[in-house]
Amino acid sequence: MKYIIAIIQPHKLEEVKQALEDVEVNLMTVSNVLGRGRQKGLTEYYRGAKEVGSLLKKVKLEIAVNEDFVEPAVNAIVKSARSGEVGDGKIFILDLPGVIRIRTGERGSAAIG
Amino acid sequence: MNSGDTAWVLTSTALVMLMTIPGLAFFYGGLVRRKNVLSILMQCFIIMCVISLQWVLFGYSLAFGPDTGQGIIGSLDWAGLRHVGGLPFKDYAETIPHSVFMIFQCMFAVITPALMIGAFAERIKFSSFLVFTILWATFVYDPLAHWLWGTGGWLKNLGALDFAGGIVVHTSSGVSALVMCILLGKRVGYKKEPFRPHNLPFTVLGAALLWFGWFGFNAGSALAANDLAANAFVATHVATAAAGLTWALIEWQQHGKPTVLGVSTGAVAGLVAITPACGFVNPMNAIFIGMLVSLFCYIAIAYIKGKLGYDDALDVFGVHGVGGMWGTIATGIFAEKAVNAAGADGLFLGGSHQFLVQCLLILVAPVFAGLVTWILFKVVDALMGMRVEKKDEIVGLDLTQQSEAAYTVIE
Repeated sequence: MKYIIAIIQPHKLEEVKQALEDVEVNLMTVSNVLGRGRQKGLTEYYRGAKEVGSLLKKVKLEIAVNEDFVEPAVNAIVKSARSGEVGDGKIFILDLPGVIRIRTGERGSAAIG
Repeated sequence: MNSGDTAWVLTSTALVMLMTIPGLAFFYGGLVRRKNVLSILMQCFIIMCVISLQWVLFGYSLAFGPDTGQGIIGSLDWAGLRHVGGLPFKDYAETIPHSVFMIFQCMFAVITPALMIGAFAERIKFSSFLVFTILWATFVYDPLAHWLWGTGGWLKNLGALDFAGGIVVHTSSGVSALVMCILLGKRVGYKKEPFRPHNLPFTVLGAALLWFGWFGFNAGSALAANDLAANAFVATHVATAAAGLTWALIEWQQHGKPTVLGVSTGAVAGLVAITPACGFVNPMNAIFIGMLVSLFCYIAIAYIKGKLGYDDALDVFGVHGVGGMWGTIATGIFAEKAVNAAGADGLFLGGSHQFLVQCLLILVAPVFAGLVTWILFKVVDALMGMRVEKKDEIVGLDLTQQSEAAYTVIE
């Protein structure tokens, strides 16, 4: 089992969700995050005081999948989230030692989907 | 001169001011995505600043100044408020200072272009918006106000009835808004991403402030504290109540649940529709006008907009255009001299002529406003570019046009 964390541009969320649905990955957790990569932040002014926002708004997707779904999920995200510009985001893949479904108490692969 | 009348019109002026900021600003601000809320508030606020100055410098003179001869436009005799002082100008209002009439009308000139903000929301370049707005106030609003309300205006001479701005304010802004959003194109992600309102409590607050301020808009248009103002006040209130309820009932029937956005939208549509009629129709007919406007606006927004596929982001045409035109025709149907001796009898009282005049209005005003808006758009677009860059639109107008953010994610 793997835990996929994808940091993407907020406006790509709908396309990414659709692309994941197309490869039958339907379960995910989504959150608003701030992040910094190579992309620079935007300058803000408050009553003349300059604030350089070094963090930009991103969306974080967290998806737990069985091994067979890792490549399809990753490919779907890359394809749908890519614009080719700096700031498209990153995907991290982590090993996932355990999953438990709270309702039934099931563990492991059976609990993931 | 009458101190009661003067006090009421001054109070009404402040009420109408409240409609633009914060009323309309929050009504629209809540409906856009969180990255664009400040751009809406900013556009409403800057219109208050800029059009108020345009009005006293030359706008008022173009709209209400002495006619230049053909009933098309006022002269510049009153530019910079020359001849506009403490004495009444009898053609417009006999019992209040001329300057009170002028500043009351100023608030109408301010809110009209502000209404259009909803159609081109979330994608317009701020600098171009500002230039366009000043041109639009000068070349669309000021002439139309002159035609219907200025002494010598050609539509006024035909006997056209528009008590508080069904044509001058709502039809003109609604139709111009439609032209603007078609020329500007759809927002990035239209029909692909959800465009959910980011703060509906703002929208409800804004709608409630609009309802409150509208008493000044409509009852203040009697320009006196008298029985006509009372009729306009009551008609406005009951039409709005009927329209809000009707919208909720339509949604209930269509989707199983009424929404607060629906009842707010219905109320605003009711306010729009009763605007031209409130000083000519009795309150029972006002209820009928309010019920029907919600039906017409709902059909326009839920069915026709989708079929035609234009991106009128916050439904300015669907509410103000459709509502304003219905109210104008309804005035020709339900008007009665028993309510306002200076008005006319409508279709139901045998006044078929008045009905035809009102129908003429909903042909002339949209053609004029739409055509001039089209020209102004093309001019400003060629010189400055009307739309923001795609990447700026994606990041949001607050950061890219105003360099500030409405909400922090982390302190």
